[in-house]
Amino acid sequence: MAVMTFIESVRDTLAQEMRRDESIVVLGEDVGKKGGVFLATDGLYAEFGGDRVLDTPLSESMIVGVSIGAAIAGLRPVPEIQFADFIFPAFNQILSEAARMRFRSNGAFSCPMTLRAPYGGGVHGALYHSQSVEAFFAHIPGLQVVIPSTPYDARGLLRTSIRDDDPVLFFEHKKMYRSIRGDVPDGDYTIPIGQAKVTREGSDVSIIAYGLMAHYALEAAELLATDGVSAEVVDVRTLRPLDGETLLASVRKTGKACIVYEDNRFGGYGAEIAAILAEEAFESLDGPIVRVTGPDVPGVPYNHVLEDWFMPNPDRIADAVRRLAAY
Amino acid sequence: MATTKAAPKAGSELGADLGLSRDDLIEMYRLMAVARAVDERMWILNRAGKIPFVISGQGHEGAQVALAYALKKDHDWMVPYYRSVASLITFGMSPREIMLAQFARGVDPSSGGRQMPGHYGIAARNILSVSSPVATQLLHATGIAWAAKLRKSDVVTITYIGEGSSNQGDFHEGLNFAGVHQLPCIYVVENNGYAISVPMALQSAVPDIAIRGAGYAMPGVIIDGVDVLGCYRAGVEAIERARKGEGPTLIEAKVTRLTAHSSDDQQSKYRSAEELESEKDRDPLPVFRQQLRDAGLLDDETEAAMVAEARKVVEDATDWAEAQADPDPATAQRHVYADMPPARMDDPLWTGSRFIGDGGPWGVLRGDSDESGGEG
Repeated sequence: MAVMTFIESVRDTLAQEMRRDESIVVLGEDVGKKGGVFLATDGLYAEFGGDRVLDTPLSESMIVGVSIGAAIAGLRPVPEIQFADFIFPAFNQILSEAARMRFRSNGAFSCPMTLRAPYGGGVHGALYHSQSVEAFFAHIPGLQVVIPSTPYDARGLLRTSIRDDDPVLFFEHKKMYRSIRGDVPDGDYTIPIGQAKVTREGSDVSIIAYGLMAHYALEAAELLATDGVSAEVVDVRTLRPLDGETLLASVRKTGKACIVYEDNRFGGYGAEIAAILAEEAFESLDGPIVRVTGPDVPGVPYNHVLEDWFMPNPDRIADAVRRLAAY
Repeated sequence: MATTKAAPKAGSELGADLGLSRDDLIEMYRLMAVARAVDERMWILNRAGKIPFVISGQGHEGAQVALAYALKKDHDWMVPYYRSVASLITFGMSPREIMLAQFARGVDPSSGGRQMPGHYGIAARNILSVSSPVATQLLHATGIAWAAKLRKSDVVTITYIGEGSSNQGDFHEGLNFAGVHQLPCIYVVENNGYAISVPMALQSAVPDIAIRGAGYAMPGVIIDGVDVLGCYRAGVEAIERARKGEGPTLIEAKVTRLTAHSSDDQQSKYRSAEELESEKDRDPLPVFRQQLRDAGLLDDETEAAMVAEARKVVEDATDWAEAQADPDPATAQRHVYADMPPARMDDPLWTGSRFIGDGGPWGVLRGDSDESGGEG
């Protein structure tokens, strides 16, 4: 058992998987000698060489499109998009090609590809280095969308993603890279895609979150405990396919749901969770489903005062849950 | 940029300098004739109301057959586009399989009836599935070629787009990457002068797409789609270059589009009657036929047999494909993932590996039913 930061877990897991399976290749901008702008691939070039750890041109559509072709030809590409904000030139390749390849060929072709991208704000990244993009991709049948929140989950889910025969979008909150540490066992464990996790038991309100917000939800639950409010925290972990059962079970128990996501409120991923809870746990609800989210402006502003204004935080979550608990 | 020279056109030497025997030449003509016959039937079926949509390659067959003829079937990869009928038939896709895609039947190997006609692909033959956004496939071909290079195999990948698609960003991104790594890939631009209705002058700042190869450190070769043997020469050279690890080639085939863009287009709206009439001279079939006849390689008897055979092949493919069953709606939710439900793990119809039962309202909404419908 080792204690690792989130990014150490990602890096170490990539190296382990590449040692296990020679068909795994990493490609992206600056992933080679530099080891990635966040150093998520640091050391891979030295160990595996330039063929398997490839610095690409600044061509996101190519990074994904070439990965699709390489996957068709039997490799297991792990492309990196340097920031999730820059994934959009590749949107057509992800939506029209990777996600649809299996369905449109009636199961004849598939794209085993794990596309990693750092996302999220709170790092002075402004509009174009802070975005949460998960809602765009969780909407698409054929894609799996994974957002781990701990070094343990990052390892288990990254292993599963790389070994899976369909495309996975693996989003890593960049503020967690070095601020989140945790135990990571040595063994070859995996975590199935499609399993949420109750990270704190409680009885009054369910707080449902993922990524950095899963940590803020836990911090909020601590604050709430001092007020006598017992909050349960559910870490979604896989956005698609969603573990509806775990979410519904929690809300049926507590009768109240607060959904937290950092993305813009309108049409964000949490809206889908709210719809599911309203449709399928209506009889158990004794309060409105509430959301704590980023505001509906086109991006996270740069100045620290403005950024703080944008970002959900434990206090805001606790405030919303207090009001909900008193409903 | 190079321009290929036409092969000798007269006498029994036709094709000899290219290593092509009489049988090869007759076979190339046969493939063109079969592709044309299949293509013409597609339009008849559309006009007869039997298939809602047709997109085809009439006028492109000379370049298509010639460029694919020297590929190794079941070894090399073909990443086609929606006009690739003759390329695909040359690479081993049968007229029956082409027709299954037109009728969108359940056993259609391209998509099981999920895609519009023209969106071909057969995994077992190394023919990648086609989508509708253009030029996206160019990157997939590049990725297949990259994998071949990493594995040090001699697999050659060939991909095709129209000249309209050469203005997409994926064209630049793919050719640049292939140039950087000198990948074993052949990029064929079938330039018929029109992107649906938009003429070349409004599509491209330069009249020849091939010149763009210079920007990607690869030869840009122009071939005349009427000169079948010239096309073959360019194809062989590109295939050999790729096979030997000498890098990619951009080939621009100047072809004519004898039909409208698709069955939903009326090209007389934007092409003059004079132009359409004169373009008939750019049909590679009669030109190649005359070459073979002038060389004494195609006699009346051979030609009559060939015409009869093409007709028979088309009749068989049409009747057989039409007789196949439609896909079962119960299978429509399959193949979203290998073994996952499409959206939620707690989908009540999901057993862990497949869908079951009629599932009450969920099933009615989705048309699910029992497994007995078979694979669609």
